[in-house]
Amino acid sequence: MASFLNSSIGKKFLMSLSGLFLISFLLVHLIVNSMILFDKSGVLFNNAAHFMGTNPIIRVVEPILAIGFILHILYAGILTLKNQWARPVGYDKQQSGNSSTWASRNMFVLGSLVLIFLVIHIANFFWKVKFSGSELLESGTVDGVENTYNLVTTFFINWWWIDIVYVIGAVVLGLHLTHAFWAAFQTLGLSDNRWRKRLEFLGWVYTIIVAGGFAIIPLWVKISSLL
Amino acid sequence: MDLTLKVWRQENRKAKGRFETYSLKNISPDSSFLEMLDVLNEQLVMQNAEPVAFDHDCREGICGMCSLFINGRAHGPDESVTTCQLHMRKFKDGDTIVIEPWRAGGFPVIKDLIVDRNAFDQILQAGGFISVNTGSARDGNGILIQKEKSDEAMDAAACIGCGACVATCKNSSAMLFLAGKVSQLALLPQGRPEAVRRAKAMVAKMDELGFGACTNTGACEVECPKNISVAHIARLNREFLLANLKP
Ligand code: HEM
Ligand code: SF4
Ligand code: FES
Repeated sequence: MASFLNSSIGKKFLMSLSGLFLISFLLVHLIVNSMILFDKSGVLFNNAAHFMGTNPIIRVVEPILAIGFILHILYAGILTLKNQWARPVGYDKQQSGNSSTWASRNMFVLGSLVLIFLVIHIANFFWKVKFSGSELLESGTVDGVENTYNLVTTFFINWWWIDIVYVIGAVVLGLHLTHAFWAAFQTLGLSDNRWRKRLEFLGWVYTIIVAGGFAIIPLWVKISSLL
Repeated sequence: MDLTLKVWRQENRKAKGRFETYSLKNISPDSSFLEMLDVLNEQLVMQNAEPVAFDHDCREGICGMCSLFINGRAHGPDESVTTCQLHMRKFKDGDTIVIEPWRAGGFPVIKDLIVDRNAFDQILQAGGFISVNTGSARDGNGILIQKEKSDEAMDAAACIGCGACVATCKNSSAMLFLAGKVSQLALLPQGRPEAVRRAKAMVAKMDELGFGACTNTGACEVECPKNISVAHIARLNREFLLANLKP
C-alpha cells in the first residue's frame, strides 16, 4: 500500500478517484441549486437545501466529500511539485500550443483558483447555514425551514461583484473540467482510442451543463430582480 | 538558404552551458537537418573551433539516436518524424533556428546537444523483457495470437526510445515510453506470466530516476515520431493498478 501511494501512478489514482467523486458531487449540487431558477417563492429550493442539510445519507457523505477535497488538493500539490522538479533546467524556447491544451498544462493554476473561489463560497453560504447563522436565514421562513433562498438571492441581488466572482468561478471550474473528465478515466486505465473520443465528448457535455448552470444562477437572479 | 543558428554549447556534464550564434550560407533546402549541422561543423573545424556534439546513427528514422529540441519542438516542426528525417525545406530562408538538448532531470546533458538517455536502458532492464529458455528457436506460429492484438503490440513496439516524449512533456514524464514497452509485452501471451512483476518494477524504476508523473496532456503522443498512442498509457495504468491488487 505504501509503495503504491509512493508511486506516481498510485498518486494519480487518488487524484482521479477524488476528482470523480467531486465531479458527481457537483452534479448533485447543481441540481439542488437549479431549484432557485424554477420557483420564485423560494420554497422549492429551501426544502431541497433543508433536505440536503438534514438527510442522514448526505450527513455521512459530507465528511467524505471534505476528505475528497483535501486528498485532491494535497496530491495536486505533491504531484505538481514533483513534476516541476523533474525538469531542473527549462527550455529557452518551447512551443506547447500545438500539442496540448492550455487547460491541461495549467491544472494547478486552475485548481488553485477553484480553491480560492471555494473559500469565498463557503464563507458566503455554507458557513452561515451550518454554523454562524444569519438574519437573512431567519426572515420569511415557512414551517421553520431556514430561508436559504433569501440568503442566496440577497447576496446575488445586492452585490454585483459577487455575481462576477461566481461567474468567474464557474468558468475556471469549467476549464479545469474540460481536461479533468477524460483524464480521470485515462488514469484509471478506463480509456482507449475509441473510448477517448466518447469520454471527451461526454466531458464537454458535462462541463457545459455544470459550468453553464453554475454561471446562469447568479446572473438569472440578478437580471430577474432588475426586470 | 541563409540561416542563423542559436545552438546550446556545454563542455561537459558539470559545465555551465550557453547559447552560441552561428551564421550559415547556401544551405540546400533538400538537405536534412543533420546534414545542415554537418555543414556547420565543417565550418567550425575550418575555423579551428570545437564542432557541435549531437547524437545520430542510422539517419533513417529507425534507431532513435538523434534528438534535438528545434524551435521549441522535439524533433522540430515536421509531424511524426525524427530529426534525421527532418528536411530544411520545412524552414524559410533567413530563419533563426534555436537548437537545444532534451531538457529533463532524467536526461543530463553530457556535451552540447547530447544527453544521457541511459535512464531508458535502466527502465528496460527493470522489466522490459520476457524470460525464455535458450536453445532452438521456437515455432513462430506455435502460439496463436489475435490479429488485432498482434497489430496493437506491433504499434507499441514501434517505439525507438528517442526520448521526445520526455523532452516534450511539461512534467518530463517517461510514461509514453514506458507504456509502449509495457504494452508490447502485455498484449501478447508470452508477456503475461511476468506482467505483474514487470508493471511494478518498471514504474518503480521510472519514478526512482526522477521522471515526472503523467498529467494526461497528450503532448507526448503528438510529438512522438512513431505515433505511439496515449491509449497505451491507459493500458499501463490498468496493468499497474491490477498488479497492485494482486497479493
Ligand atoms: C470541485 C472541484 C474539482 C473537481 C471536480 C476536480 C476534478 C479533477 C479531476 C477529475 C482531475 C483529473 C485527475 C486525473 O488526471 O486523473 C483533476 C486534476 C487536477 N486537479 Fe482537480 N478538481 C477540482 C478541484 C481542484 C482543486 C481545488 C485543486 C487545487 C489545487 C485541483 C488541482 C488539480 C490538479 C493540479 C490536477 C492535475 C493533476 C495531475 O494530473 O498532475 N483541483 N481534477
Ligand atoms: S514513445 Fe515515441 S517519443 Fe517516446 S521514446 Fe518512444 S518513439 Fe520516442
Ligand atoms: S539517427 Fe537514427 S533515428 Fe535519427
